[in-house]
Amino acid sequence: MSTGHAKSIPPKVWGGVALVAIALALLPFVAALAGQAWVRILNFAMIYIMLALGLNIVVGFAGLLDLGYIAFYAVGAYVYAILASPHFGVHLPFWIILPLGAAVACIFGVLLGAPTLKLRGDYLAIVTLGFGEIIRIFLNNLNAPINVTNGPQGINLIDPFRVGAFSLAKTDSILGITLSGPQKYYYVLLLLTIGVIVINLRLQNSRLGRAWEAIREDEIAARAMGINTRNVKLLAFAMGASFGGIAGGIFSATQQFVSPESFGLFESIIVLAMVVLGGMGHIPGVILGAILLTLLPEVLRYTMEPLQHALFGRVLIDAETIRLLVFGIALVVIMLYRPAGLWPSAVRKRELETGTTK
Amino acid sequence: MTPPGTRPSLLVAKGVSKRFGGIHALSDVDFTIDKGEIYGLIGPNGAGKTSLFNVLTGIYDADGGVFEFDGKPLIGLKPNQVAARGIARTFQNIRLFQNLSALENVMIGRHVRTHAGVFGAIFRNRATLAEERAIEKRAYELLEYVGVAKRANSLARHLAYGDQRRLEIARALATDPKLLALDEPAAGMNATETQDLKRLLEDIRRDGTTILLIEHDMKLVMSICDRVLVLDYGRKIAEGSASDVQGDPKVIAAYLGGEVTLNLKRA
Repeated sequence: MSTGHAKSIPPKVWGGVALVAIALALLPFVAALAGQAWVRILNFAMIYIMLALGLNIVVGFAGLLDLGYIAFYAVGAYVYAILASPHFGVHLPFWIILPLGAAVACIFGVLLGAPTLKLRGDYLAIVTLGFGEIIRIFLNNLNAPINVTNGPQGINLIDPFRVGAFSLAKTDSILGITLSGPQKYYYVLLLLTIGVIVINLRLQNSRLGRAWEAIREDEIAARAMGINTRNVKLLAFAMGASFGGIAGGIFSATQQFVSPESFGLFESIIVLAMVVLGGMGHIPGVILGAILLTLLPEVLRYTMEPLQHALFGRVLIDAETIRLLVFGIALVVIMLYRPAGLWPSAVRKRELETGTTK
Repeated sequence: MTPPGTRPSLLVAKGVSKRFGGIHALSDVDFTIDKGEIYGLIGPNGAGKTSLFNVLTGIYDADGGVFEFDGKPLIGLKPNQVAARGIARTFQNIRLFQNLSALENVMIGRHVRTHAGVFGAIFRNRATLAEERAIEKRAYELLEYVGVAKRANSLARHLAYGDQRRLEIARALATDPKLLALDEPAAGMNATETQDLKRLLEDIRRDGTTILLIEHDMKLVMSICDRVLVLDYGRKIAEGSASDVQGDPKVIAAYLGGEVTLNLKRA
């Protein structure tokens, strides 16, 4: 039971923390040796960590299966795109739009949550899936009568994170160290991701986190114990959506381009896969799931064609196809051999062990 | 045992009715529970005991009648509002939060008496930390009170059956109830466990909580309840002290079956 009491932390732990910190600080330089593309992939991994942690609140903690989660990512991304691009000629600074995007996504979370309060399981999944599609179709078609989203073409030339003349999109030299755009974003994302992780850890070990878990375990008992399940569920949707909104805003700024294509059902399913595969409800597991599912397809993309060349002398199956194939097989194998996820919470692990010995 | 009516009443039910389609689960049930008593609710299977619990705790809406609790009506309240008013319950088929520890189960019971929200959870201000400590301390005390403190960190699902029943009582007590409604707490317990339960219920009453008890173990009911209400087919057929009710011909007929006697006569 960790309830966040101030505990004395042994020096060994501080040593470990320091090592991890140094490794994280050097990572973008190591990745850059393989190309700036790998730094971008690292940045994507962090965006996906935020998304997966947000979805984990809804699915992992509160036990509400949400298949339309990517809609909140889309909302955050479009809020950023509309308020910081030549599309409407509005250029607000990122430190205003990011919280605003989170707030708008939060409102959408409540909008989705309110009508689905009485639904659970499969039924909830279907409704949320529909919600995700509605948002995507809106984005696709909201270019008339007033051109809000620019339809399928998407919004281009979105402002990067910028403070005065200092832009995160350009290469700069700071204290004699040359930092590329993606490398600068890496550090900003790292700070935001750590913030999101800390908030999630604190939420889990709180009165609210326990109420979420109570609803997941037994909603009727939770109500009989005085938990206002309506409010607590809405809070889960709202909090989850906010993290999605922040991730969306960062996505907009790093890509400088958004279009409805980025927010399809497949994305929702990938984020859900990160949560389930990592270990539902267990924050370190979800982070691991997000990192693996971001990196694995990229590694396969860069290795499959050279591998076939080496083995057969020519490319038999193109990388894109085999990448999805291997990815799918990997998911099936993991779920077969580690049904509670790669890194389940101690609780679920115990559950599983007793399940097999019975 | 104190005679009825000498203590102020805690719960007054007037004409409570509940129908499921054409079935009258409860028809026109009246009763009064006094502060500080253990009030038994008995009757054959399907008599409407659990339905009465569900109507009382807001899980079902009543089709007619009113409950007055602690001087104020309980009408149209949701289960969480009923819990906030001071009625806590356990369930016939234990409904613990199975994958959470025993301690966490009881800590969740404190939810309704505590306040920390999103802000407190994220910023962990002093008030929230103090509240968290108080929740954990109280939860641990309650586990000791019911006798499952040794299993505080075990998952609820891994507790022995009797311990699960006790844990459910601890979780209900964590809501600081004025009325504790227990749905067959002795079901599935052996004689020793039932004796322990009896002592626990007496302790709870002594410490000031009124108890409404559904139970099939007649020995327990007769030895512990101040008064007993007997339901049959959703109707109240008798009310009074344990010994009065035991001798009531209508109660005997309900339990042994009136029709059986008739058939025997014919044969």
